[in-house]
Amino acid sequence: MKRVIMQTQKTALYNIHKNLGAKFVPFAGYEMPIQYKDGIVKEHISTRTFAGFFDVSHMGQFFLEGDETLTEALEKIIPADLKSLKINHSKYSFLLNNYGGIIDDLIVTKTEKGFCIILNAACKDNDIKQISQFLGKNHKYLLNNDLSLIALQGPKSVEILEKLIPGVSNLKFMTGNNFNYDSEKLYVTRSGYTGEDGFEISISNKKVEKLINFLILNEVKPIGLGARDTLRLEAGLCLYGHDLNEKINPVEANLKWAIAKKRKEDGGFNGWNKIKSLLTNGSEKIRVGIMPEGKVIARENAKIFSTEDNEIGFVTSGTFGPSVNAPVAMGYVKSNFAKVGTSIKLEVRGKKYGGKVSELPFYKKSYVK
Amino acid sequence: MSEKKFSKKHEWVSLEGDVATVGITKHATELLGDIVFAEVPDAGKLLEKESQAAVVESTKAASDVYSPIAGEITDGNKSIVDDPGSINKDPEGASWFFKLKIKDKEEFNALMSKDEYDKFCKENPS
Repeated sequence: MKRVIMQTQKTALYNIHKNLGAKFVPFAGYEMPIQYKDGIVKEHISTRTFAGFFDVSHMGQFFLEGDETLTEALEKIIPADLKSLKINHSKYSFLLNNYGGIIDDLIVTKTEKGFCIILNAACKDNDIKQISQFLGKNHKYLLNNDLSLIALQGPKSVEILEKLIPGVSNLKFMTGNNFNYDSEKLYVTRSGYTGEDGFEISISNKKVEKLINFLILNEVKPIGLGARDTLRLEAGLCLYGHDLNEKINPVEANLKWAIAKKRKEDGGFNGWNKIKSLLTNGSEKIRVGIMPEGKVIARENAKIFSTEDNEIGFVTSGTFGPSVNAPVAMGYVKSNFAKVGTSIKLEVRGKKYGGKVSELPFYKKSYVK
Repeated sequence: MSEKKFSKKHEWVSLEGDVATVGITKHATELLGDIVFAEVPDAGKLLEKESQAAVVESTKAASDVYSPIAGEITDGNKSIVDDPGSINKDPEGASWFFKLKIKDKEEFNALMSKDEYDKFCKENPS
């Protein structure tokens, strides 16, 4: 038997994180900061009220080049309308398996030569295997490890980044462009995963430290994975491996909005038959927002019961939401219990606590459209 | 002032007569991060030595708080339940978790002194 020694990887900013007082945790094969000196709650609040930066360089930046046959190939595994996607426009979508299950959730951006797809760190190797099955000899692809990815999120992001990279303030939500910075090209999209206005900056590993120093000089705080989780959960956004997995399809995940209308009708992607029938008939279970009563936190795997004590589902993410100032959770319940306001019970440490199915997101901000 | 003793599970105990006050150490709160939930036992509950007595949760995870000494609960601190963040501010003072009437003072004597606990924390980081 071959013995595989897993080595933990580090991003180009590892030493910077260390100097900023990061506490590291292993995450998807990387040593990543879970928090810095300020702690999760303060980091969360600084992002919501000012701006924070996140090193998300562990995520895969996957570039594909090719003609229209590339678009056709990708549409077999991604249910977005890639044919109509304009250059520099992005969509939230998925890779789907034959049963319509979600292999990964992703952001796909149309580039001049093809596409750029941002993949979850834990999934990226398998994702590339799955995508490449559909690719032809004339399609080129590359997981670019020479690039870092920095998310700058929060209401002050635009003002601060505009000073460094003039023009970024003109970007609309879910669009991007090439910019010049320090005699190098970088790619900036107006996007993120916190529910705030902000940007994701794809920048060479060589220049990333300089960018971070500028952000720190402008009082932008470093934000770890801990606050990234509380921010995305308040924003009602899914975390792959928790709220989504290969056994859950986009209809169950309450993400059918992310399947293009044209694709819902025309199909031609993995799992379409299954998804088509679910779109017509509804799914047995569905992802909902959950507000526990009081202060109790219902975390992943907590069982959900009806008020009559019948088991009706399970929690997939749960924490304390610093901006909501209350515990928040997401989970799957039987579809007839999914209506907002439905009373439920949550089992935590063997005891049942009250709760309600809640609207998502828990925390609302308007994006720049 | 009464003497304070410490457990390997990062609880502190102070003893006045036969009533012990138990809380979590400053070191424990630093490991936990921002505390957002606490649950304390009700008066009358009987606890074995090193049994689970209370719960504390940070944004990241839930942890059990154990009673380093056996006894009967006389009081749970409701103010930390209402304001869990206060545990980060004053863990070894106002933010105690529970009081219990102990049976065996030897269990208290066997716990670590402040110096022993500090040394233990240094040798066992995280």
